Amino acid sequence: MADNGDNDSQHRVNEGDYVVLKRGDIYKSVQIQKKKKTVFEKQWFFLDNAVGEFYGTTFEVVTGGTLQPRKPKHVESSADAKEAGTDNRNILDDGKSQKLTRDDIETLKEQGLKGQEIVQQLIENSTTFRDKTEFAQEKYIKKKKKKYENSVTVLKPSCRVLAMMYHSREPGKICHMRYDTLAQMLTLGNIHAGSKVLVFETCAGLVLGAVMERMGGYGSVVQMYPGGGSVRAGVESFGFPSHFHDTLHEFPICHVNALLAGALDTEAKDIDADAGQANGDKSNLTQTDPGKAESKEGSPDKEDQSMETSTSTDPAEDKEREEREKLREIRGQEKKVKMEAKRKKLAAAAAVLEGRNADGLVIASRFHPCPVLLGLIKFLAPSRPFVVYSQYKEPLIECYTKLREQGGAVSLRLTESWIRHYQVLPNRTHPMLLMSGSGGYLLSGTTVATDTPKTGSTRGEEPAAKRLKLTETTEG
Amino acid sequence: MSFVEYSEFIQEGDVAIIFLGHDSMMPVKVQQGAQTQTRYGVVRHSKDLIGQRFGTKVTCSKGGWVYVLHPTPELWTLILPHRTQILYTTDIANITMMLELKPGSVVCESGTGSGSLSHAILRTIAPTGHLHTVEFHQQRAEKAAEEFREHRVDHLVTVRNQDVCKEGFGVTGVADAVFLDIPSPWEAIRHAKNGMKRQGGRVCSFSPCIEQVQKTCEALADEGFEEISTLEVLLRVHDVRSITLPLPDFGSDRPLETPTDTPVPSNASVLCKTTTPPRDMAGHTGYLTFATKPSV
Repeated sequence: MADNGDNDSQHRVNEGDYVVLKRGDIYKSVQIQKKKKTVFEKQWFFLDNAVGEFYGTTFEVVTGGTLQPRKPKHVESSADAKEAGTDNRNILDDGKSQKLTRDDIETLKEQGLKGQEIVQQLIENSTTFRDKTEFAQEKYIKKKKKKYENSVTVLKPSCRVLAMMYHSREPGKICHMRYDTLAQMLTLGNIHAGSKVLVFETCAGLVLGAVMERMGGYGSVVQMYPGGGSVRAGVESFGFPSHFHDTLHEFPICHVNALLAGALDTEAKDIDADAGQANGDKSNLTQTDPGKAESKEGSPDKEDQSMETSTSTDPAEDKEREEREKLREIRGQEKKVKMEAKRKKLAAAAAVLEGRNADGLVIASRFHPCPVLLGLIKFLAPSRPFVVYSQYKEPLIECYTKLREQGGAVSLRLTESWIRHYQVLPNRTHPMLLMSGSGGYLLSGTTVATDTPKTGSTRGEEPAAKRLKLTETTEG
Repeated sequence: MSFVEYSEFIQEGDVAIIFLGHDSMMPVKVQQGAQTQTRYGVVRHSKDLIGQRFGTKVTCSKGGWVYVLHPTPELWTLILPHRTQILYTTDIANITMMLELKPGSVVCESGTGSGSLSHAILRTIAPTGHLHTVEFHQQRAEKAAEEFREHRVDHLVTVRNQDVCKEGFGVTGVADAVFLDIPSPWEAIRHAKNGMKRQGGRVCSFSPCIEQVQKTCEALADEGFEEISTLEVLLRVHDVRSITLPLPDFGSDRPLETPTDTPVPSNASVLCKTTTPPRDMAGHTGYLTFATKPSV
């Protein structure tokens, strides 16, 4: 799939596309549906006018809830000799400097004044504005603009945008993984087109989607999933072309041990391909089979009814009974077809895994990472990277220790990524005041061939540590 | 073997990575009959490498052993010969994600330097993307081109020996992303804009000094770029350790049975599994400034 042609349609918004709305630092993932009201940042509007425009276009929300492409910004002429003060020694913060009341502003909004104009009104009605320094004035204007502006930018979904969105909107859904940590995972895992990657995640599909984006539809991805069904809501938000899904397999972890032992019979017709019904977390079940559920509920009733009426000789009732039986048969057939399809998918996924020659492993979940890693690392070929994310450090210490004991991995590293944003303005450049506290931890390493069991004295990776005064010892 | 595609077995002509231990690796060019000296002995290419699986343990002549690994851009970054200061994986990972690189992306880069970032970009944009990389130093440009050939990625990259600030990237209107790691990036912003697709794209500038960042942000704003954002990333490494902490002896709470001069001290201690940071850590590499070029 050549992606480097200047094919405009790829760069334009189409109906049905998944997009990300942006205002300032706020992001929201939505699907473009004409005539459907979308809510974003306490505003309701229709996305119809976005269709056909380039991705990245910024729109104004005008009264009525329609989008209008924004005119190019006029650079504020700094040549204006704006009246300004030198410092704030005489400025009293008594909360009375703004003469417009909340109601006044509401009235202005109702009159249809644009954000820019409201800000202008606020400036004119502020008694202290002209006493502020130029910097303070700029800061004031920026703050008011942020509050009253009406613009929305329509972005093409990407890992970058979605990772930032999830981290600021719903960090709990992604185990508090910060976007720079996700960036590390994708690179350390050497995720690239044409490889075979295993993913075990409970991050709403964000990690899976990010992996798929970096594979570009080439190679294969196997999503290992716990419980009732694979959760993929996040993957939809990426808006991948449909052929990407041909490369995506899924495999329930409840069959991992059987597969590793060679005891998984995917030909068996009664295999539970829809794994984990016993501990099925129904709320997670994105693969609910409505036909199946219905026929389950439907048939007992129908059976009862037909048994009740079987002795009746009323032709009308007979006909009804026939039709009901036909329906039941059809439903039964549908159920069989669906089960067969599921079985085939399971068999396909098992075939991909069986060779134990996967090229990469990415783990990011709320489960204890140690057993997950030790279980799934067996599917990796030698000399291939793996990356394990955990919100907490200690479980990864355990992973590290166990891996060193059992061997089969080198270059183990426990790391944490720090990120700091800057405000860059002339004479006002400094780091931002608020910093993200933590983005989680990563354990990364490379597999190596496991040979005959190690003897007691392993050379290990590090040279024997010098005895320090505090008797620190390295893990050998 | 190639830097953009895995293979299972080592073949002649491959670049393989000999892993000697923690933080100790070296690249080898695999050749029939060749030998490589390591501190654990000699590695004989014909016997020990060719035909073996990547990831195998190789026993060297002196009896010691090493592992042979498949090359990746991340391993390459750690062992490549430095012709310039290079970018490390932490920055590279963020640049890759923030520039939205993926298979098929067309990227313009300057300066090529030692090719650390270049290899990572090539891995990400393969098999259908292309990298246009510009290096004003002639020998470095030639060396980079040679390495790309050896690493079997040359079909994905074009190296140009010119000054990006004066002549641009050599292409216009094709790039999804532009990366600048040069002394005066503000002088190349106009060229970056021209190199990018009409429909828009992403740009990144890497600079060690804040003054460079300020000038670059100004230039980006003047050229109409949006979403201008500057950040820095650091990696904290946690070394896993078992430590033994001695416990204090507060003595017995009962009077001693036989009066002696000093009570016998106990040697109790506790074993803790924890991590410690290394003594020094990388504190600063450079500031990363990103921006979006809107569609024209």
